[in-house]
Amino acid sequence: MATHQPSNRELWEAVFDASTLRDADFQTMSGIPLEPVYGPDDGEFPGQFPYTRGPYASMYRSRLWTMRMFAGFGTADDTNWRFKEIIKAGGTGLSTAFDMPTLLGIDSDDAMALGEVGRCGVAIDTIADMEDLYSGIDLGEITTSMTINSPAAVIFAMFVAQAERAGTPRAHLGGTLQNDILKEYQAQKEFVFPPRQSMRLVRDTIDFTAAEMPRWHSISISGYHIREAGSTAVEELAFTLANGFAYVELAMQAGLPVDTFAPRLSFFFNAHIDFFEEIAKYRAARRIWARWMKERYGAAHERSMQLRFHCQTAGVSLTAQQPEVNIVRTAIEALAGVLGGAQSLHTNSMDEAMALPTEKAARIALRTQQVIANETNVTHVADPLGGSYFLEALTDEMEAQAEHLFGYLHQLGDGSMLEGAIKGIEENWFQGKIADSAYDLERQLNAGRRITVGVNAYTEGNDEAQIDLLKITTEDESRQRKRLDQVRHDRDQHAVDSALERIRTEAADSSVNLMPALIDAVKVYATLGEIMGTMESEFGRHVEVPVI
Amino acid sequence: MSERILIAKVGLDGHDRGIKVVARILRDAGFEVIYTGLFQTPQTVAAAAVDEDVDAIGLSMLSGAHMTLAPLVVEAVRKLGSEIPVILGGIVPDHDLDQLTAAGIAAVLTPGATAVEIATEVRAVLDRANT
Repeated sequence: MATHQPSNRELWEAVFDASTLRDADFQTMSGIPLEPVYGPDDGEFPGQFPYTRGPYASMYRSRLWTMRMFAGFGTADDTNWRFKEIIKAGGTGLSTAFDMPTLLGIDSDDAMALGEVGRCGVAIDTIADMEDLYSGIDLGEITTSMTINSPAAVIFAMFVAQAERAGTPRAHLGGTLQNDILKEYQAQKEFVFPPRQSMRLVRDTIDFTAAEMPRWHSISISGYHIREAGSTAVEELAFTLANGFAYVELAMQAGLPVDTFAPRLSFFFNAHIDFFEEIAKYRAARRIWARWMKERYGAAHERSMQLRFHCQTAGVSLTAQQPEVNIVRTAIEALAGVLGGAQSLHTNSMDEAMALPTEKAARIALRTQQVIANETNVTHVADPLGGSYFLEALTDEMEAQAEHLFGYLHQLGDGSMLEGAIKGIEENWFQGKIADSAYDLERQLNAGRRITVGVNAYTEGNDEAQIDLLKITTEDESRQRKRLDQVRHDRDQHAVDSALERIRTEAADSSVNLMPALIDAVKVYATLGEIMGTMESEFGRHVEVPVI
Repeated sequence: MSERILIAKVGLDGHDRGIKVVARILRDAGFEVIYTGLFQTPQTVAAAAVDEDVDAIGLSMLSGAHMTLAPLVVEAVRKLGSEIPVILGGIVPDHDLDQLTAAGIAAVLTPGATAVEIATEVRAVLDRANT
């Protein structure tokens, strides 16, 4: 007797039926009831390998994306206040922006920090600042993301130590450390140590979180900055996933079984203005990741194969001219992210081509997400564009072009994607490709082959007065320096010296995981700059040979 | 001989998309372009400009530190006894313009400037410096 082979639809239905759904009416405004997903019985369904249509069977019917607004400026107190405003306004996650000195691992009183303290983000020198930053916020309840890379391990140590002091055990902490150092050399350029030494710190954080922090995402593998630096969407897709493969190989080389850490890898993509290409990019990304994780790296758990991503609307698509128009751009980009199945979203504010956002501009950006989530009904049906001839063809084409680029890196690394990524950086391959693409786009704009409203067309209104912008005063810089002076004065210097000595010793031995030593050092108020300087004395410093 | 422009990133700001695009725009417009790379100080930029005997310096700043750092570059160049003009490009709000001019910045180029506008502005600065 032939046994019944369940169709993909039946398999999907079983999972969907077991899911908890949001309390909402899943119908159109005319009252037409909507299916959770549409497609042929034997087609691919969301939550099914290779997850082109989404990582989960019920997608936004169970849970909307996290509205995670990136914020940080001035001192930790200033940013703490903004965080609380975001939570009050209905934000459902926090995302911390650090200032340039913090991103480069130097203290606010370093000569190189002049003029930069608190300007692009919040200044963090010691655990005392970290305590102020999250004061009064329940870190066991709300998830936190931290955009930090070169000094990620140190900032993470401060985060874990302050949360534990405030009463939340590390195992209960949920959130994401960006910790994606490869794209720093390729695109964002906030690097400190050479690539191989930096990768050791990444390994240590993956290893530490896999063992002790089950709710934490150890890396947010980021295409966002690659795209902002000028790459095409295909390059963003390919470079980001190639970096992801490199981290997987790094952790596997360190002896971690793939399914112990892969479920905690997350992604971060750009949501740019080319609407369909962006949606195809997210779909292709999920499919490629699933296939490589299963077939090449032998992942067995579903969660290791399911690509989950945060996305942010494109900063580079914003214009200084007629800034209110940026609200429209951001709304279209955010919609692409949602139709592409994002798990988390940040929407840029209209004034960000010129400055950090004002509170009003940031609120409008959050409201943009809330309009999409609550008014448009686009959340009712998973992968609503799946099955479109156009979108499916575009998804396939982007996958094919990405695979072509993987082929190059695979060869460059002699069969290792990890080596390929590092060599690609050392040989300026990524950097050159990104710069070429940025220049191509500039030429298209200059030749009038691409139109940007308010820039090379429709410029009436450009001479109107600028909207109000946020001003960061130099008072923040001097306040922060005074605070740092005070901390240095009050701490036990002997304890700091021996904590730094331990870091030096352990940095020299690559078999040791540095996280425990880092946590102990931040607890006795060693500064970010002191810890990074100590590691630099062992690791050395990366110097980029610039290509133009 | 074509005129030489030193383009530089001062401070901690790693955003280098703009400066690389501007480098190629200036090269296409017939200038000789030298790029310092990232993380320079006002002093290293001034020294490089004088050593290379350039005709102008172009700074790219997107982190908001321009009000502190751009005037320091002018100061460092003048301290070396040079009158090389300093041009600033990047994210600069309108309300900062007067103060930058007063500090000796020869021209400011903001987002949206086209290739032609950039080349024209640099040319105008060089012409003013030569008269």
